[in-house]
Amino acid sequence: MVAGSIAWGLLVVQPDRLMGETVRILFVHVPSAWLGMGGWTGIAISSAALLIWKHPLAGLSARAIAVPGMVFTAVCLATGSIWGRPTWGTWWEWDGRLTSMLVLLFLYGGYIALAQATAREGGSPKIPAILGIIGAIIVPIINRSVVWWNSLHQPPSLTAGKSSIDPEYLWPLLISTLGFSLLFGAIVLMRMRALIAEQQVEARLRRRALDDDISQDNVTGVTPSSMETA
Amino acid sequence: MREALDHWPFVVGAYAVAGAALGFLIAWSYQTMRKAEKRREEMKRK
Repeated sequence: MVAGSIAWGLLVVQPDRLMGETVRILFVHVPSAWLGMGGWTGIAISSAALLIWKHPLAGLSARAIAVPGMVFTAVCLATGSIWGRPTWGTWWEWDGRLTSMLVLLFLYGGYIALAQATAREGGSPKIPAILGIIGAIIVPIINRSVVWWNSLHQPPSLTAGKSSIDPEYLWPLLISTLGFSLLFGAIVLMRMRALIAEQQVEARLRRRALDDDISQDNVTGVTPSSMETA
Repeated sequence: MREALDHWPFVVGAYAVAGAALGFLIAWSYQTMRKAEKRREEMKRK
């Protein structure tokens, strides 16, 4: 689906009247932006599930989403920068949309570092979950940034039920967004499987260490009752 | 007269960056999953 929509966008669609051939970057830039923001929304939902319902998989799913979310955000910024050079005449502009997207990238970096440190040091998974929920404030800011602040970036082209995009570009865009979303889901599932397997290995190692301690205590004659009297 | 900027190098560059990043992400995630699951199976057998 991704390959087909990209081939469609690169080889079939006509150049745009204003943007020329660079309009083809649309089919990779927009899905990346959507998944960068969608990724953090997923982290926020998983974090809420962890804090409210204490679901055992919620913390893992948030951790599994973070890295692909960060990569898609970085791809969005990189492809946007490349697109900006021929259309705006600059690689970067500190306007609302670009800056808020950069903040999202840093938030992902902070979340990944915090989640890894918490897991390594045996801390509570609630700590990164709180960051996941507080950080979600950036998603509506990114979404509304082109409306709130005077920006080089174009205003929203796709809103609920409405589109100002020509159907020639809209259909390959929707298909590429769906394809990239499925790819994102597959990556998250792979990372979740890895995290679950790692946790099972750690649990087994802990259990073995505990069994070894108990058997050693039995050999040396140390029992819970003898420890109490000591 | 100013010559028009060729857009294709920018298009190719954008797709190359995206392809490399996503290709690396997929390969890394798959590799991490296989390694972790292999380690779990080895632990089960011991």
